[in-house]
Amino acid sequence: MRDSPDPRSSCSDARAGATTDTTAAKAAGKNGIGTMTVASENDALKRREHPKPDTSDAATTPDTMHSEGDGDERENRPPLPPRPSLLNASDRPNTPLSPTKKPALQSKPTTAISSVDIQTLAFPDGTRGTFSTPASRSVSESVSLSGLSVGQSTPSRKVSYNGNGEFDDTTSLMSYAPTLRANGDLASLLDEGLSSQSPAWKLLSSQADTVNPFESIDPQDSPLLNFSHEFDEIEAVDSKGGNEGKLFTCPAGKPIWSRHGDQNLINGYIGIIQTIISFYQEAKDPLMGFTAGGTKFVISTEGPLYFVAISKLGESDVQLRSQLEALYMQILSTLTLPTLKQLFTNRPNTDLRRPLEGTETLLSSLADTFTKGSPSALLSALECLKIRKSQRHVINNTLLRARTDKLLYGLIVAGGRLVSVIRPKRHSLHPSDLSLIFNMLFEAGSVKAGGGENWIPLCLPGFNNKGYLYMYVSFVSAHEDGEAPSERPHTAGSGRNDEIAVLLISADKESFYELKKMREEVVGQLEKNGSMNIIKSAVRQGRPSTSDIVPGTIIRHFLYKSRPNVQFTMPSFSPHFDNLLSRRRLLSLYHNLHASTHAKHSHVKVLHCVGRDSISLAWTTPFFEFYCVAGPNASRSALAQGANKVIQWVKREEERVFIIGGAVF
Amino acid sequence: MAEATAPKPSSSVKLVLLGEAASSLVLRFVNNDFQENKEPTIGAAFLTQKCNLPTRTIKFEIWDTAGQERFASLAPMYYRNAQSALVVYDLTKPTSLIKAKHWVAELQRQASPGIVIALVGNKLDLTNETSGSSNAIGEDGDEAAEPEDDGDARKVSTAEAKTYAEEEGLLFFETSAKNGTNVTEVFTAIANAIPETSLKGARGPGATQSNANRAEDQSRVNLTGPRDNASKEGCAC
Repeated sequence: MRDSPDPRSSCSDARAGATTDTTAAKAAGKNGIGTMTVASENDALKRREHPKPDTSDAATTPDTMHSEGDGDERENRPPLPPRPSLLNASDRPNTPLSPTKKPALQSKPTTAISSVDIQTLAFPDGTRGTFSTPASRSVSESVSLSGLSVGQSTPSRKVSYNGNGEFDDTTSLMSYAPTLRANGDLASLLDEGLSSQSPAWKLLSSQADTVNPFESIDPQDSPLLNFSHEFDEIEAVDSKGGNEGKLFTCPAGKPIWSRHGDQNLINGYIGIIQTIISFYQEAKDPLMGFTAGGTKFVISTEGPLYFVAISKLGESDVQLRSQLEALYMQILSTLTLPTLKQLFTNRPNTDLRRPLEGTETLLSSLADTFTKGSPSALLSALECLKIRKSQRHVINNTLLRARTDKLLYGLIVAGGRLVSVIRPKRHSLHPSDLSLIFNMLFEAGSVKAGGGENWIPLCLPGFNNKGYLYMYVSFVSAHEDGEAPSERPHTAGSGRNDEIAVLLISADKESFYELKKMREEVVGQLEKNGSMNIIKSAVRQGRPSTSDIVPGTIIRHFLYKSRPNVQFTMPSFSPHFDNLLSRRRLLSLYHNLHASTHAKHSHVKVLHCVGRDSISLAWTTPFFEFYCVAGPNASRSALAQGANKVIQWVKREEERVFIIGGAVF
Repeated sequence: MAEATAPKPSSSVKLVLLGEAASSLVLRFVNNDFQENKEPTIGAAFLTQKCNLPTRTIKFEIWDTAGQERFASLAPMYYRNAQSALVVYDLTKPTSLIKAKHWVAELQRQASPGIVIALVGNKLDLTNETSGSSNAIGEDGDEAAEPEDDGDARKVSTAEAKTYAEEEGLLFFETSAKNGTNVTEVFTAIANAIPETSLKGARGPGATQSNANRAEDQSRVNLTGPRDNASKEGCAC
């Protein structure tokens, strides 16, 4: 960051160490507890610095700034007053203040010895550095995060204030019920002391900072142990169950759908759940959710339906609720709201399974997507295929020219990534609708497996939950040039990500042949003007890896969501997150970061999280949300530097990785 | 398209596909492919495949429908002008034949009067009476799931279905989408059974549409209600 010419907008620094009270230390041994340190941007500092962005940070606020040299971070920093009880070395056997203990920790770096200084990152573009941060004080907090999956247990939390760069000594130690999530209001700032690194540790870090996230975790500890069996059918319900289940039911007590298990097996459980729900409903105080051990139950009521999510994966209540919401949207998409209401008004004990017949696979694949972890669902955003702006322009125009009168929306989608959209001026497309469509086309497989062209009535609840639209879909394989769609190879599993779909949506159920004609024209034109080959090669190329984006970076993966565009971009999961399990760990980490930065009343803007198996950073501004992950031994400053570079890259490529504006008619 | 490659006269035939496991049958016919545990169709799929007869080429335009209740309002779009229909049942499930009979009755009410209907019992590979050498492969999983000792999962006898088909004047076949037994034969038989007259001048969907529509309006009792009726008339003139 120092060598970059960009002005640094602000820098707040939380010298935070591990909160090694005994609970955390004990837990760390067992379950990979990490310490999460949160710092919001110090507004006061920023305002001061903006008029003269070239001013040296250290000169302005020597207290809170630090120089960048990796090892010399502490040199300019006067030692801060010790906190009497907490800084007692004997109370904290794992801190670097007792160097003799360190070697024991080297194989499994815990938060206790990781440096957790926070730097507020500079926005790459000086003009944009002026985003407002509502927090007028520097807020940081330390949350003990138990690894990735039992993230809800927060055995202890240190709370303190940082008023204008000065540390407050009146740090208090508070305990929270395990279900309480980090609350931005509860400011905490840990003092110095723990940032001292022994030469031995520095040496180790410098040699081992290529360790990838999640390499060292002992799978025996993990609730994700049986993750690979998560998608098997459960034949017998036992206490160990799966990690995640969703079920829903209607007040009359008929189970409608459940992700796992035969309905005969779960009927008993549904009865119990319903008893609990109705108990609270009678008291006019509807039950929202509860936690039992490591398992979280979230309940949501939508019209006549109860939805229950059961998860051990550590998502927050809000995240689980949004997953249930998506399942409800899928039901509406099949039935429409008036039909659903009518069914239950006419016959309160309607068995909804019959009208939903045939869409179980859509619900299951949606639930599986959540269980596997989906960045798109987490961020409520869409991903676009990265192509040049001018190329996208040509594709848009091709669609616009071929447009027929009956067309409402026209889309080209490649492997779940949007290539082009045309829409009427008055109507926009809701991301949740699109994710339902993408789930149907690219995850469930039932449409594509049939081959040929498809004509699908569906309701897009975000657009209008009262009626059906009709969607024409045909696929073009990215692997065979100029072949008819019917001749593409059927590789059910692997082919999913390289299919190009042309979607034409109309409100007229008789318009199939008209849209079919339009599709032929569009595909013909795209072949002719070379756009089809551009799309195909972009699809074949896949997402770039992080090292393609920022050569030599320690960042292993990131998510960048552009808030105004409701779109996100990310690098390829390979080579570090190739298998299902490591991907789920990654996504769980993102879920935790997301939950912390999106908690109600949270003023957290920048969050740095250090765990035994990874370090990560979340950064939110009005323009973007950014999350990134690096190996456990990577230095914080390298992470920050990488993050800045990635954001610069996104800024540079903005019109390629996102669809900005889109084509309207 | 077909005209360009084949010197023989070519015509399009609209075929509507109904019943259980029908998708896998058409997948075998069109793509020569088979998928274990294929998920049910959503909405409807439109597929085309050419069938070469000695004297002409038939281009099948196949509507593979999901057949669920909530899509009932779409059904007329599929039935309308269909010259042929393929009703499939699963010969290991007696209930599927009952459903198939419903579909046949529905077609006889709803579709064009001259429609050629074929009744097909699928999953012949699960019975032990086929002589095909291919059905021994990869079958263990399926058979293990069946309670039958002799490996014969057949629940609907050939005679029963055949008698019904003869009564109703349907073409009848037993097939296996899994190993391909009889699949092409079904479509060839349908192609042969389509009367020459309904193909005359029928070079495109538009032409067949007007032909069939005229016939349909004359003689059909419409049971699907006024809305349906209106949409049809709108198209016919």
